Amino acid sequence: MKGITTICRKELADHFSSTRFILLFYLILMVSLVTAFIVGSGLRDELKDVAKPTFVFLMLFTSPGKLFSLIQFIAIFGPLLGIVLGFDAVNRERSARTLSKLVSQPIYRDSVINGKFLAGLITISIMLVSIVLIISGLGLLLIGVVPGPEEISRLFIYLVISIFYIAFWLGISILFSVGFRSVATSALAAIACWIFFSFFVAMGASVMADAISPVDQARASLNPELLIKHEQTRKIISLVSPMTLYSEATTIILDPLRKTTQSILLMGPMERLSISRFQSPLPLSESVYIVFPHLISLMAITLVCFATSYTVFMRQEVRST
Amino acid sequence: MNGLKVIETQDLTKVYGEEVAVDRLNININEGEVFGFLGPNGAGKTTTLLMLLGLSEPTSGKARVCGFDPTREPLQVKRLVGYLPENVGFYDDMNAVQNLLYISRLNGIPDDLAGIKIKELLKVVDLEVDPRKKVGEYSRGMRQRLGIAEVLIKDPQVVFLDEPTLGLDPDGSLQMLDLIRSLSQDKKITVFFSSHLLDQVQKISHRVGIMIKGQMVAVGRIEDLAKEKFGVGQEKYTLEEVYMKYFKEGLL
Ligand SMILES: Nc1ncnc2c1ncn2[C@@H]1O[C@H](COP(=O)(O)OP(=O)(O)OP(=O)(O)O)[C@@H](O)[C@H]1O
Ligand SMILES: [Mg+2]
Repeated sequence: MKGITTICRKELADHFSSTRFILLFYLILMVSLVTAFIVGSGLRDELKDVAKPTFVFLMLFTSPGKLFSLIQFIAIFGPLLGIVLGFDAVNRERSARTLSKLVSQPIYRDSVINGKFLAGLITISIMLVSIVLIISGLGLLLIGVVPGPEEISRLFIYLVISIFYIAFWLGISILFSVGFRSVATSALAAIACWIFFSFFVAMGASVMADAISPVDQARASLNPELLIKHEQTRKIISLVSPMTLYSEATTIILDPLRKTTQSILLMGPMERLSISRFQSPLPLSESVYIVFPHLISLMAITLVCFATSYTVFMRQEVRST
Repeated sequence: MNGLKVIETQDLTKVYGEEVAVDRLNININEGEVFGFLGPNGAGKTTTLLMLLGLSEPTSGKARVCGFDPTREPLQVKRLVGYLPENVGFYDDMNAVQNLLYISRLNGIPDDLAGIKIKELLKVVDLEVDPRKKVGEYSRGMRQRLGIAEVLIKDPQVVFLDEPTLGLDPDGSLQMLDLIRSLSQDKKITVFFSSHLLDQVQKISHRVGIMIKGQMVAVGRIEDLAKEKFGVGQEKYTLEEVYMKYFKEGLL
């Protein structure tokens, strides 16, 4: 236990003083602030003369700014944060020849991996919490609506899911840092994974769905079930991607008016407003119920990554050459 | 030397794929002894040290270090054994004191005590530190000294030094040898070290072991080995001559 806390403390200090982390943090912070500002002032203008709808505060996170909404932004670029925190966790120590020294101290060998993972997790949490707090503060100023307890609960759940999501990428990148001796290779492998899951799976899913349950236009009009089946196949395949899992889960949590896990449609505030006039929002308990499987899957794949790096590391020769 | 065995091995063997790196090694090393471990490159010296520390699992055979089995009780062994790897590495963006403090924390030494120890040790290894200077800017010799300080900070009973004088200037080597000798004499620390510099080994070792291609071909006091190879009354032969004789035979 002593080993884990000592290693974790050192890694935390390393993270918070490393240039690449600071750069990425400010980048994410800046984009979040700008997006929050655009969305916030947009909401304020559009909602000037109408009664405030329920959950207006959450719209700050789900409405699109110039290019994307805040949750989409975290979904796409959050993984980079996890990767930056972990891609050289073990192989940097190996190439600096500090690893053999580290494991010859009286600590369990797994403390090295555990300490590093924990430090990454803490860093991610601190970062996400502060970003959400800053955005909320800005939103408070701009829209002038105080979030109710349910909105705060939803934001909290959103934070938990986001932390797990980025922790998954931390796990992947630590796995690569155990598996690959060269820092450059592990960084590239992690980025390749990110690109694959974030961009290709979505494209690949529709191609594969075409192959598995093909729809031709003539028959589709006669038989709508074909279309449904195609769509279902596409959805199941795209769930392979943690990004899809994450986006669906967070959209449901932060957007109570949405009742199914359909993919994100960009809706302006007025459209939503009109929807909310006719629909009653989903209660928090049901939203949680819907995203529960998503959360479990995210946790499971994170654990798989972590457990794999753990076993590989425990069996590896420590010899520095 | 009170005859207590600090390191014992029984048929300790390590096989990498097809290659036998260490072949049925049997050695006994006494408390407070300085044991010089010799052998050509690739003989299996580092592999032996790694197995004795529990960092590498033996293919077969047994080892005991300070009464503990390094494979099953690695923590106990690591608490008592200080290890200086060949080409030791440091956290280059920290200074010497920060590096030492990290190691002492990993050994569970409270920070206030560690502060005092670090000051002492830096004097012992004769390393002047400018706190603004990062270890990345250190010379080879300074790094080696810092490495020794890291080994000693846990107050070990046994130290394993893999080529401790590698890259040191003549004066630095002499200081290092003095330090090793004083560890054994004053603190009763057992020193097990590997080196290619035979005159240095001859100066400080009580006994030496010669390993060739994974096999320990000779163990004993240098005089005894000379007697064995060159006949009675030939104890004046240097370790270098003895070693070369074993080396040539070992290659046949
Ligand atoms: N991870 C490994 N996989 C396969 N073979 C290895 C591995 N590590 C070491 N060996 C082999 O084991 C043998 C012994 O290596 P070792 O490092 O113990 O030699 P050494 O005596 O320390 O040599 P040197 O004086 O050069 O340091 C060598 O032939 C080496 O090729
Ligand atoms: Mg070696």
